[in-house]
Amino acid sequence: MNRQILVALALLLLCASAHPLADAASDARAQVDFGNEVARRGLWREAVYRFQRAVEYDPTYAAAWNNLGIGYEHEGRMDDAREAYETALDLDPNNVTIETNYDLFLEVSDRVSEDPQ
Amino acid sequence: MSAKILSSVACVALVAGCSAGNYEIPIETPLTPKLDISKFQRVLIAGFVSGGSEDVDANLETARLLRSQLRRNSVLEVIDADVMPLLDIADEQIHSSARNAPPAVPDGFAVAPGAEADADENAEDGPLGEDDQMSEEELEAYETIFANVGFWRDLGEEYQNPLILTGTVYFSPHQQSGMVTREREVYDSFGRRRTTPERTYRDRRGFVLSPKFIFIDGETGATVYSERHREEILYDASQNTPALSSYFELMDRLLPSVLGAFSNQSIRGTRTLLR
Repeated sequence: MNRQILVALALLLLCASAHPLADAASDARAQVDFGNEVARRGLWREAVYRFQRAVEYDPTYAAAWNNLGIGYEHEGRMDDAREAYETALDLDPNNVTIETNYDLFLEVSDRVSEDPQ
Repeated sequence: MSAKILSSVACVALVAGCSAGNYEIPIETPLTPKLDISKFQRVLIAGFVSGGSEDVDANLETARLLRSQLRRNSVLEVIDADVMPLLDIADEQIHSSARNAPPAVPDGFAVAPGAEADADENAEDGPLGEDDQMSEEELEAYETIFANVGFWRDLGEEYQNPLILTGTVYFSPHQQSGMVTREREVYDSFGRRRTTPERTYRDRRGFVLSPKFIFIDGETGATVYSERHREEILYDASQNTPALSSYFELMDRLLPSVLGAFSNQSIRGTRTLLR
């Protein structure tokens, strides 16, 4: 039993050393990693929270803004999603992945915002 | 024990591996309904003022299609009623209002000879049926029926104030000729196949579908929402596609939008998460 606990602690230490939480950028990175993981499991509310934390830690982190845009889009928060994607593109204008995500978002957004006649 | 440890390590390694790169993720964006249907329990697809092709009864087909779709995709109960011949009803309303309208000639002046006869003659004309290949503009003239609040209120009362879905449907043959680009197969001296774009003059035939869907509150008779669409499809002139299958193909394109007015729908897609 003790051996099992020791191994678990060792693994945690290993993870902690692999993702040092020394500065804001690495804090943000850890939040994004966790957000990505929970998003993959369908826990979008938690994912959005993590991406929000990430951009608070590091407002220049384009990937976090991109992921936040995806999270907002999934929740139907289209205005927030647009803002997040546009911030991501402002920070990293040549990122093809962000651009593709944004283009796909715009297609959906056009359908959502079709004004009643 | 060691098996447990190994599986824990494998899990950690898996998590670490997954977070190493970017990955695609499915998302589902919710669409909010365009129409607040909370006060309605039932929907009546009354019928449509239709015109255009004589091969498809656009009134009947549209009502049938929407009923079956709404039964599957809406929380509202779909009322099973006969599809109304709205074109005839609209025509009747136009003529009866013309008959009841005050005379154009002021009191004390004589009516021009033949004027009354002309009016009667016009009133005798039946509505433009599908055989007459009514134009889209002519069909629009019948839209006055949707502003007849009393008519819709009476109809709503008959069915316990449902949401009423009606409108106009214009479905007509369509033809377009012009230059199109097509791929031409070419074989070089070694027998290798390649394709080159070639501009050719082509006759193309197809259909145009132009419906206007109108949502009426059965309690007040007032229009609460309307949307207009226009879709067309063209085939090579040599291709003989039945009108009815073209009609369904075109309606398929519009249905998500029409159903989106009623129910919570979502758009599925994929995005790429970054790290």
